[in-house]
Amino acid sequence: MFKKIAVAVIATSITFAVSTSYAGPKAEVLHWWTSGGEAKSVAVLQKEFSENGGSWTDMPVAGGGGDAAMTALRARVLSGNAPAAVQLKGPSIQEWYEEGALADISAVAKKNNWSKVLPVSIAGHMKCEGKWCAAPVNVHRIDWIWANASVLSSNGFGMPKTWDEFNATARALQAKGIIPLAHGGQAWQDATVFEAVALGIGGANFFHDAFVKLDKKALQSDTMVKVFDQMRIMRGFVDKNFSGRDWNLATAMVMNGEAAFQIMGDWAKGEFLAAGKVPGKDFLCASTPGEGFLYNVDSFAMFKVKGSERQDGQKLLAKLIVGKNFQKVFNLNKGSIPARTDVSLNEFDHCAHVSAADMNASSVGGTLLPSYAHGMALRGAQAGAITDTVTAHFNSKMSSKDAVAMLVKAIDNSK
Amino acid sequence: MSNWLEKHLPKIVLGPSLFAIILFVYGFIAWTAWISFTKSRLMPKYDIVGFIQYSRLFDSPRWEVAIDNLFIFGFLFILISMFLGLLIAIFLDQKIRVEGALRTIYLYPMALSLIVTGTAWKWILNPGLGLESVVKSWGFTDFTFDWVINPDFAIYTVVIAGVWQASGFVMALFLAGLRSVDQEIIKAAQVDGVPTFKIYTAIIIPSMAPIFLSAFIVLAHLAIKSFDLVIALTGGGPGYATDLPATYMYTMAFSRGDIGQAASSAIIMMLVVFAVVVPYLYSELRNKNDQ
Repeated sequence: MFKKIAVAVIATSITFAVSTSYAGPKAEVLHWWTSGGEAKSVAVLQKEFSENGGSWTDMPVAGGGGDAAMTALRARVLSGNAPAAVQLKGPSIQEWYEEGALADISAVAKKNNWSKVLPVSIAGHMKCEGKWCAAPVNVHRIDWIWANASVLSSNGFGMPKTWDEFNATARALQAKGIIPLAHGGQAWQDATVFEAVALGIGGANFFHDAFVKLDKKALQSDTMVKVFDQMRIMRGFVDKNFSGRDWNLATAMVMNGEAAFQIMGDWAKGEFLAAGKVPGKDFLCASTPGEGFLYNVDSFAMFKVKGSERQDGQKLLAKLIVGKNFQKVFNLNKGSIPARTDVSLNEFDHCAHVSAADMNASSVGGTLLPSYAHGMALRGAQAGAITDTVTAHFNSKMSSKDAVAMLVKAIDNSK
Repeated sequence: MSNWLEKHLPKIVLGPSLFAIILFVYGFIAWTAWISFTKSRLMPKYDIVGFIQYSRLFDSPRWEVAIDNLFIFGFLFILISMFLGLLIAIFLDQKIRVEGALRTIYLYPMALSLIVTGTAWKWILNPGLGLESVVKSWGFTDFTFDWVINPDFAIYTVVIAGVWQASGFVMALFLAGLRSVDQEIIKAAQVDGVPTFKIYTAIIIPSMAPIFLSAFIVLAHLAIKSFDLVIALTGGGPGYATDLPATYMYTMAFSRGDIGQAASSAIIMMLVVFAVVVPYLYSELRNKNDQ
């Protein structure tokens, strides 16, 4: 009896194995773009993929800013069945490469001239030991300052060009009962403001030494003390109820004139636009005071897959992601700008034009820098150690000197 | 055949669940302990390198805050919940009217998820929305109650919400205990003219010692593993001022890709639980052997 069953099982599995002949490119895609605008953006890619003869298996895992997706990914990789493409960014791409999980897509990159059309520092994130292993989707700028146009003009202020100017404007507005800075007291938002301040006060070289190289000299420098001093001043500009507030509620405060400024990446623009506000008229966008450009690049890392259908699917996907059409449509939906520098920006708004121009200029000038707060510059443990210090300082009465000492110690401990 | 089945049925029925417990509870405890001695980051690695993760853990200021918070929260949460629970139970025990309805009202918070409790208290305690703004709108403009945004006091707001949730349950435990005290002794004491207060402190409460122990054990493990309350109420903030060991572990394992660090913190948490539970088990087992 048992023998008969065993024979039957083996027979059917053989038939299955034989019957799975090549059926066109296939790709399973793990991502956490599940909210309105984001889901729409992914659907664009999905459509393009199937128009090119591919069959797409969607694997959206929502929750925890990607934490849930990463847990799913770990389980999949451990069981030897990784998805073809995974929404990953920054050094975590290289971290997965070191685990031996990523595929080499250099052939696609070469054929489509990626090294010509992508800024050098962004292309660097997509390579693992010189080989291409990921495809960039978009560029979010972090060091934006958003303002309510009528609050500024009715009080006779313009966009601040220096941090001193920002402080003076903020104090004057505060005296009139307007909240100068809309902010949400969540660790990542504290870190977002912190890195904009650090870039503004310390400059691009300082930022690179401190938050990319983790150079002790820069971390302990007087400049870092000054950065924390400015953070202490900023703490005075937020309202009393900021604790735990979500970033989009802070954006709403700027929208309705309750607050004047917000420092936040360009996903905040999406909120303004969704509320029917017009850039340049209802709200203003400008880079935070100082030089440089902090980017947060979303990308898809390509994992090792078995079988020619899956490998072909992966290559097709990589080609489409960096393709001009997807880069344009996706970024129009998401509020960011294309990672490719040769996409026409005719349909994009004023803020996106500013962003693209600044990106090209800073790429040439060497001040195009990865955002530490959004996981582009450092690995999770080190970035987390910095954020711990920043948020502990911002939410207490710690002195700037103590904060610097704590920062150095926390980074040592995270290695 | 049927004799054999009869004889072995209990083993057959219990076997799978015993196997599952050995694998999924003790097996994974052992796995976590192993991982805590390795340099695992994003993915588990299995080369033992010694106590690095533990020394990193105890060097981390954030872990220090988490452990301090555990003791502050645990101590106050258990103490206040037991005190309030006992007080309400004694009041309800005075043969009052509509006791059933009152009992349900006090017990009801336990039926809520901690996420609901945390979110509700987040709004109540928010200075711009809740208590503070209400009292201010009554004309007391100097009134401030901003514990939830003050890093030195935020952990006490977690205590408030936790006590609100758990004290009704403790009340039910104590009420059952009060009802099980031998009525003859109480009547005898009343005949002898002992005042009611004295009856409670000298007779009823001492005879409820086992109930105190059960309440303590239930509350202590609730305190050590609390996670969702903090996440909903403060999100660990302001800064990381209300981090508890469980939230620390979650952050390390799932947000920062630092599995070794998460494993070592999990092992320390388990040791804290053991420190509470082992003496209890020991005393229970010893009592049984004595009988």
